[in-house]
Amino acid sequence: MSEKAKENCRIVSQTCIGKDIYSMWLQTDKIAQNARPGQFLSLYTRDGSKLLPRPISICEIDKENSRIRLIYRVTGKDTGTEAFSRLHANVPVETLGPLGNGFPLEEARGKKVFLMGGGIGIPPMLETAKQLDAEKTMILGYRDELFLNEEFKAYGDVYVATEDGSAGTKGNVMDSIRENALDAEVIFACGPAPMLRAIKSYAEEKGIPCWISMEERMACGIGACLACVCKSKDVDSHSHVHNKRVCKDGPVFLSTEVEL
Amino acid sequence: MSRMNVNLAGVELKNPVMTASGTFGSGMEYSEFVDLNRLGAVVTKGVANVPWPGNPTPRVAETASGMLNAIGLQNPGIDVFCERDLPFLQKYDTRIIVNVCGRSTEDYCEVVERLGNEKVDLLEINVSCPNVKEGGIAFGQNPKALEAITKEVKKYAKQPIIMKLSPNVTDITEMAKAAEAGGADVLSLINTLTGMKIDINRRTFALANKTGGMSGPAVKPIAVRMVYQVANAVSLPIIGMGGIATAEDALEFIMAGATAVSVGTANFFNPSATEEVVNGLEEFLAKNKIEDINELIGVVK
Repeated sequence: MSEKAKENCRIVSQTCIGKDIYSMWLQTDKIAQNARPGQFLSLYTRDGSKLLPRPISICEIDKENSRIRLIYRVTGKDTGTEAFSRLHANVPVETLGPLGNGFPLEEARGKKVFLMGGGIGIPPMLETAKQLDAEKTMILGYRDELFLNEEFKAYGDVYVATEDGSAGTKGNVMDSIRENALDAEVIFACGPAPMLRAIKSYAEEKGIPCWISMEERMACGIGACLACVCKSKDVDSHSHVHNKRVCKDGPVFLSTEVEL
Repeated sequence: MSRMNVNLAGVELKNPVMTASGTFGSGMEYSEFVDLNRLGAVVTKGVANVPWPGNPTPRVAETASGMLNAIGLQNPGIDVFCERDLPFLQKYDTRIIVNVCGRSTEDYCEVVERLGNEKVDLLEINVSCPNVKEGGIAFGQNPKALEAITKEVKKYAKQPIIMKLSPNVTDITEMAKAAEAGGADVLSLINTLTGMKIDINRRTFALANKTGGMSGPAVKPIAVRMVYQVANAVSLPIIGMGGIATAEDALEFIMAGATAVSVGTANFFNPSATEEVVNGLEEFLAKNKIEDINELIGVVK
């Protein structure tokens, strides 16, 4: 039957790993067993004034213990993510997942691959790095403070870029590629729209197959409400227009398949 | 077990619980969480004569105990709907209600006529979507226009017609009476309330469409009030909706005068909400030794 499940997951641990950045391990029943890198979970607040689930990308999957690690940014005062950040170990969190498609690891196996992450788009690249059997180069972009970059080192070369120049290349992930004269045969990327736009145009110019993980405001998270669509080159399977659903058809798309 | 069946214009439903159009697709996605056989009916997302791409994103925004949406009735059009969505729904033992949208009277009538040959139980005419520029709400805010389109649609319809009313009017009973005069068989209410949210950091609207339809628990008292008003103004059966998330919410609508109820936004924060409302209603009847749910319809006078 279905891979998706709604579970009351218990928080195993939660730590603050940077300014407004939290790392949470969840004990799941089936979710971890079914999860793939690049997929996401929907977390529900217990606050009746905050109804909609919060989509959060999967950072790590521990199938052995049936656990999932999420890393998320608190987006402001009185937000759902702020409420999550206050939860302690053993507290249950209503969770739906795994959702979305994930990165197509088979397309990159054995090749030279860029795993590119920007800001809160970095976490999903960690499980991708763990599971992908390829020659991996990680290129991580930050505004200023670094997080999670050390954990990537076990899987290949790690390059960082910071907007304020406090670490690595001053600038963005594209500046890092140029400064270090890096090259790849396949790209997997997740990050803010301007970063994805730059990566998409770089990849298409060089003829490199590139998969990007997109973000959009969601409601249901399962493909029913049609809130989170993105413009697609091909006619989509649901409405037969040019609107792919980020939550169900994505969040990972071949860059040539979508407009952004 | 208590009797849960209700009757809408001659169509018998196994229970009064259905889905609110636009929140449940055509049931496919939610069938992973809900046994559709347990529902009184599935009301599909609006379908037009041709595919509609809908509005630009962002299309949704959260508000206190509610949300705004401006999807803009993205839909695959009647051809794909009849080839894919209807056969899927027909596998289940539940009533099928197709929500019909259009930009002109002709658009609505084309879809209604086309559905006449399909195994569909009722048609809900969406003359109250606040998120499309033409059609939609234009018909739903003027009693004369509402009566006229109801009459036109009835000429083509083989199934009973539900007219879905907008709450964005001065007096909803006037609209209800107009739909009744036009020959509507059933009324459903409320559609969403037009709202707006501003993103103060980006100094722009939270929705690309600027305005959106507000729904969710926050609108429930308005919806209950309007169902009560309409129930006391016309003699048609009513499908009540607006913020229903639990059986207790559903019972408020039923006691206010609704024969059936729709669960909408709650599907987004609880994918099994519809089935839980069915279970909760059964438990309420059993606990209070009520033999027939119909005894509760409009008991509050």
